[in-house]
Amino acid sequence: MSVIYILLTISIIVAIGFFAAFIYAVKSGQFDDSYTPSVRMLFEDELVKEKPKPTIKTKKTN
Amino acid sequence: MDKSTCFHCGDDCDTIIQFNEKSFCCNGCKTVYEIFSENDLTCYYDLQSSPGAIPKEIQGKYDFLSQENIIEKLTEFNDGNTQIVTLYIPHIHCSSCIWILENGNKLNPGISTSQVNFGKKTVRVTYDTEKTSLKEIVILLSSIGYEPYISLDDFKTGKEHINRTLIYKLGIAGFAFGNVMFLSFPEYFEVGEFWLEQYKHLFRWLMFAFSLPVVFYAAQDYFVSAFKGLRAKLLNIDVPIALGISVLFIRSTIEIIFDLGSGFFDSLTGLVFFLLLGKFFQQKTYSFLSFERDYKSYFPIAITKISSEEGETPIQVYEIKKGDRLLIRNEELIPVDGILINGKARIDYSFVTGESENVSKNSGDKLFAGGKQTAGVIEMEALKSVEQSYLTQLWSNDVFSKNKEDGFTTLTNRISKRFTIAVLSISILATTFWLFVDASKAMNVFTAVLIIACPCAIALSAPFTFGNLLRIFGKQKFYVKNASVIEQLAAINTIIFDKTGTITSNKQSTATYEGETLSTSEGILLKNTLRGSNHPLSRTLYDILDENNIITLNHFEEHLGKGIEASHNNENIKIGSASFVGSSEASVLNTAVHISTNNIYKGKYTFYNSYRKGLSKLFNKLKKHYDLVILSGDNEGELENLKKILPSKTKLIFNQKPDDKLEYIKYHQTEGAKVLMIGDGLNDAGALAQSNVGIALSENVNVFSPACDAILDASKFNQLYKYIKVSKSAIQIIKWSFVLSFVYNVIGLYFAVTGQLAPVVAAILMPLSSISIVVFTTIATNILGRKLARN
Repeated sequence: MSVIYILLTISIIVAIGFFAAFIYAVKSGQFDDSYTPSVRMLFEDELVKEKPKPTIKTKKTN
Repeated sequence: MDKSTCFHCGDDCDTIIQFNEKSFCCNGCKTVYEIFSENDLTCYYDLQSSPGAIPKEIQGKYDFLSQENIIEKLTEFNDGNTQIVTLYIPHIHCSSCIWILENGNKLNPGISTSQVNFGKKTVRVTYDTEKTSLKEIVILLSSIGYEPYISLDDFKTGKEHINRTLIYKLGIAGFAFGNVMFLSFPEYFEVGEFWLEQYKHLFRWLMFAFSLPVVFYAAQDYFVSAFKGLRAKLLNIDVPIALGISVLFIRSTIEIIFDLGSGFFDSLTGLVFFLLLGKFFQQKTYSFLSFERDYKSYFPIAITKISSEEGETPIQVYEIKKGDRLLIRNEELIPVDGILINGKARIDYSFVTGESENVSKNSGDKLFAGGKQTAGVIEMEALKSVEQSYLTQLWSNDVFSKNKEDGFTTLTNRISKRFTIAVLSISILATTFWLFVDASKAMNVFTAVLIIACPCAIALSAPFTFGNLLRIFGKQKFYVKNASVIEQLAAINTIIFDKTGTITSNKQSTATYEGETLSTSEGILLKNTLRGSNHPLSRTLYDILDENNIITLNHFEEHLGKGIEASHNNENIKIGSASFVGSSEASVLNTAVHISTNNIYKGKYTFYNSYRKGLSKLFNKLKKHYDLVILSGDNEGELENLKKILPSKTKLIFNQKPDDKLEYIKYHQTEGAKVLMIGDGLNDAGALAQSNVGIALSENVNVFSPACDAILDASKFNQLYKYIKVSKSAIQIIKWSFVLSFVYNVIGLYFAVTGQLAPVVAAILMPLSSISIVVFTTIATNILGRKLARN
């Protein structure tokens, strides 16, 4: 049953690892703006695009 | 309809400009489209239809941005080659905005990255100073319709510090809570089992270790606040909380040291976690709104100074000295009191007084700081420095340095006083009882009572109710600064309104005609004469009159400061002041335009303020419950008109200077009035700060509003009574949740007093009471919110 010492050590190391990740995330400002990233992730296609889509040229006024 | 709206900004087009098969309302919009299409950025229009704004004329406006000392103050990072600046852009409103601003490097290769914070409406631009400059970037942004708002407020030393301690504390408490729960789980059920006996000490000491940061870091604020409360001889809600936390920690530590039991670490960490969660929930406010604005947010950073040696140079407004010659361009703000030297001034004092009509000034007249020039370029001489100007002096009043919340006891704290006394007496009574019956249990009972009576649920009621209500109000365009404002709003008994801009709408006014009826041809002549004039009264009257045929006038002459004269065929018309037209009428307080044709006096148009929709309905609803006062800086011209619309018991007070308004409120507060002040201009700033609740009414929530407790969108003005009513219902919800938490406390106290409080009971009871309070308040406030939204 002394295996429990190993298990405990591992579980606490894992927990502390996540905790450190949380501290890092807060420190780097990831919690400061919770809205913009949700929009920004949808832009990726347009950002790498070199030429405009042909559909834009033919797009009618709205 | 499709054809008549602008492809770029979505406004209705008067004259359509066709380009690339798309219609635009003006050349400005077309130019922005051209810029985007040249740079392959037309995707902007795919994400959202017509997302743009019309770019404004900015020539020379940003010259000050090439000055080193100003750049130094505005940028947050500057090493000579790379600079980082964060600009506030009020127009940011949709995903297209994010996309175009974050593609800034396609428009200007000097920009390396730009990142938008949508909530705060800011963009953070990193750029290479060898390829571009701050001035170029600001001009670029303005030219595509995203003009940054740079004011004196940005000109300050020291970088903004973002406070993230609450997130850290919440994270730590949550982390400890989860782990402690796991570790204490085995002992809930299988007490006395062999392996458990073997390892329980290890488990308990681990729990102890996890609880240390919770008690000494995460729960810090409660100890500090309780200590402050006690020193001020106040039993606030944090006193029983701090007591509960300390007793929990000390008793649990003693229990595990002497092997008496497993301790209450699970309840301890859970308690702190839930309390912090409540705080977090309440803290979230509107990051794009500022409730602390003073004149600095309105004033420009720099202004153009004219000197005979150097010509035109931009200077920092704090450096303006008495006697300096200043150049004020169209749409620029006058930063100091001074005398007009050159040019025709038409000053818009609406920031200062809320008065919508522009004032014409001639050379030699005095100009006051805060006015905005609306007609061409003028030159003025400064008479005072910025801090000594009439308007800015208002801010030296004490009210602006006071914190309103200090003098206010919240409902929770009022309850907690009685609650703490009750809990302490119960615990002492129970301990005395057990001292005689079974002395060994006495200490156990004493601590158990303090633990179970820890008012977690009570402390959570208000944050969750108000926090949720803040969000609901926000959706209804009523932006409240913090939770205590809602509580104060529920307690008011007097409502004071500013007149101009608050109960009247800024944009429209109405005019009535008195006198001889004009013939058709005279009507046509009147309308066409007004067409040629740029005077604000002419423009207003022109808009009010019916459409008529356009005729060519034979003769048209504008007499400055007097009126206009015109003729067509044989008819001659004079429009203007009474003396100009030839009327003998003595001057009255109302603004009026007199008319005569062929030298015969016909009559006059009298202008009245146009009141907001639903005004008298609102007042009639409010009059039953509140004292109503109109406190206006204007003259008594509207007195009769207001008497007709408003309930008779409304007090009407005119000719009030900003200081008078403040003193009026102060005086009535000493007589027990709880004042709600509703205003809009900077002249109300003192009154808004002095009142118990100050609401700023704003036509455009993003830009202008003085320091206040809440900002109300002007379109929701007639809903005011509902917001107050909902605030009152919120107080009822909190009272009911107090009742609910007392029920849990009574159950817990039964276990505690009889000496059978097992850790597992505490571990179930505490989260259960907290969660049920959260559920109850959330559901109740959502029902309120739905009622509010429905009508």
